Amino acid sequence: MTDWRWADAITVRDAVSAGTVSAEEITRTLLDWVDEVDRKVDAYTQVWREEALERARNIDARRRQGEPLGPLAGVPIGLKELLCTRQGFTTCASRILAGFRSPYDATVVRRLEAADAVFLGKVNMDEFAMGSSTERSAIKVTRNPWNLNCVPGGSSGGSAAAVVSGQCAVSLGSDTGGSIRQPAALCGCVGIKPTYGRVSRYGLVAFASSLDQIGPLTRTVEDAALVLDVICGKDPMDATSAPLPAPEFLNATRTGDIRGLRVGLPKEYFTDALSDEAREAVLNAVKVLESAGASVVEVSLPHSPYAIAAYYIICTAEASANLARFDGVRYGFRHPDAKTMEEMYDLSRTAGFGPEVKRRILLGTYVLSSGYYDAYYLKAQKVRRLIKRDFDQAFEACDVIAGPTSPTPAFEFGAKTDNPLEMYLSDIYTISVNLATLPGLSIPCGLSRKGLPIGLQLIGKPFDEATLLRTARHLEKSGITDIGRPPLA
Amino acid sequence: MEKITKETVAYIAALAHLRLTPEETERMTRDLGDILGYMDQLNELDTTQVEPMMHALEMTNVFREDEIGTPLDRDQALHNAPSHDGQYFLVPRILEGDTA
Repeated sequence: MTDWRWADAITVRDAVSAGTVSAEEITRTLLDWVDEVDRKVDAYTQVWREEALERARNIDARRRQGEPLGPLAGVPIGLKELLCTRQGFTTCASRILAGFRSPYDATVVRRLEAADAVFLGKVNMDEFAMGSSTERSAIKVTRNPWNLNCVPGGSSGGSAAAVVSGQCAVSLGSDTGGSIRQPAALCGCVGIKPTYGRVSRYGLVAFASSLDQIGPLTRTVEDAALVLDVICGKDPMDATSAPLPAPEFLNATRTGDIRGLRVGLPKEYFTDALSDEAREAVLNAVKVLESAGASVVEVSLPHSPYAIAAYYIICTAEASANLARFDGVRYGFRHPDAKTMEEMYDLSRTAGFGPEVKRRILLGTYVLSSGYYDAYYLKAQKVRRLIKRDFDQAFEACDVIAGPTSPTPAFEFGAKTDNPLEMYLSDIYTISVNLATLPGLSIPCGLSRKGLPIGLQLIGKPFDEATLLRTARHLEKSGITDIGRPPLA
Repeated sequence: MEKITKETVAYIAALAHLRLTPEETERMTRDLGDILGYMDQLNELDTTQVEPMMHALEMTNVFREDEIGTPLDRDQALHNAPSHDGQYFLVPRILEGDTA
């Protein structure tokens, strides 16, 4: 008997397509488990029980009529709160969007639906994706399934916690500076941030438009490839989506070996900032690649120490512009006491946004303001170019870069909320990947002494997700990524 | 860089249409001072010869066919508005006068 809570997406769709199990049975099993376990984990912000069951029955009926089903037939999926869906609400975990009903579906949502996926609901996040712990959600706090006193990471903390606790086979997250990869590492699942432009951002509520990308969080590498196959590709609704033919990621993941692969280790990533156990686990994974015929070279990314400073200038500048749309006119919260236009803007925004969002709006407004633009914003864009060049040069000597995803495993609630700068530093290994627009993947590579997952990050050349997936699949086959299930009674 | 003051924080808060309590202004002055101080390390780098990276992808002139599509209908567009009259978004009065 398969326990469908822990089945991967490919197993689910094969069984549903063959009719050996109904999509309804799988959906019901998952929803019942959500009812039980999410009281502890608090990953879901909305559960679409009746709609999910109806959709599953519809898929089953179409199979009985002999219709071919899509590549995600019956796969239970959770969607991050900032993806626009006509169904339910799209709140970005912010008070300012409480009750917002999107009049359209994000492109990724339409593509998953066309592939016959079943949406179980939406999952928690830091407000407007600004955070690294999901503690900044205005809705609730999500807990790490491995230790309920620890954060799940962020901002896609609900996405990672739901996958790891058996509450969906796949979730979608978004990644602006590490928001897919860091929670995937802290919760212990696979998470991939595709190359900027690989996946349409239409219907992703914007945080920082030159950095945001949508990607899947999954239990297996093949599932990540499969979901990427479904959601990637040019979209007329997003002018920054790349006009490239969709590669067959699943096929690329399953075929070829890694003999001759050149793995680069950036010396700047293995400093004192990295915990000993993370270093050990990462280097252990690299040894597995070496024994399969890969070669290891040291590379240098000399501008890495400047990435966080450049990132928090660029992302807050873009955020302050993007969040200017929340004015209380067309959608979102309007303060009932507002008597004038000025009060409508000021009171609505002041009551609607949480403290971290305000901090970033203020920072972004400052770095864009007259007299400071050149010193901060322009300077940061120049440093962004230097960071991209570092990677271009490193990729002359290697095909994939390997390193840690996060300097430490999951931390306890409240550990970093009083010091915003310290919270920003927890994204030290993921941020430069967004600045350089590259694809990055996190996969578990061990457990800490306290029993918390440790993530390995693989970074690839632009639009070379296939090499990341193939490399990660090799690690998975070796068994090194198998950290078991979290101890949820 | 110069040190950020409470007056500067109050000024940018007004630009951003956010109202801060005196405690929040105090707190934000400290936080922004810390963060901007950290950002000053970028000045260690000589970037006079570096072209700023203005775009994530070097794409120019993304064209599409000029086809007639289906826009949101008015009901859908007004659906989320805090106040509307079925035709327009309603906001507090801007001009003085008697007419409604």
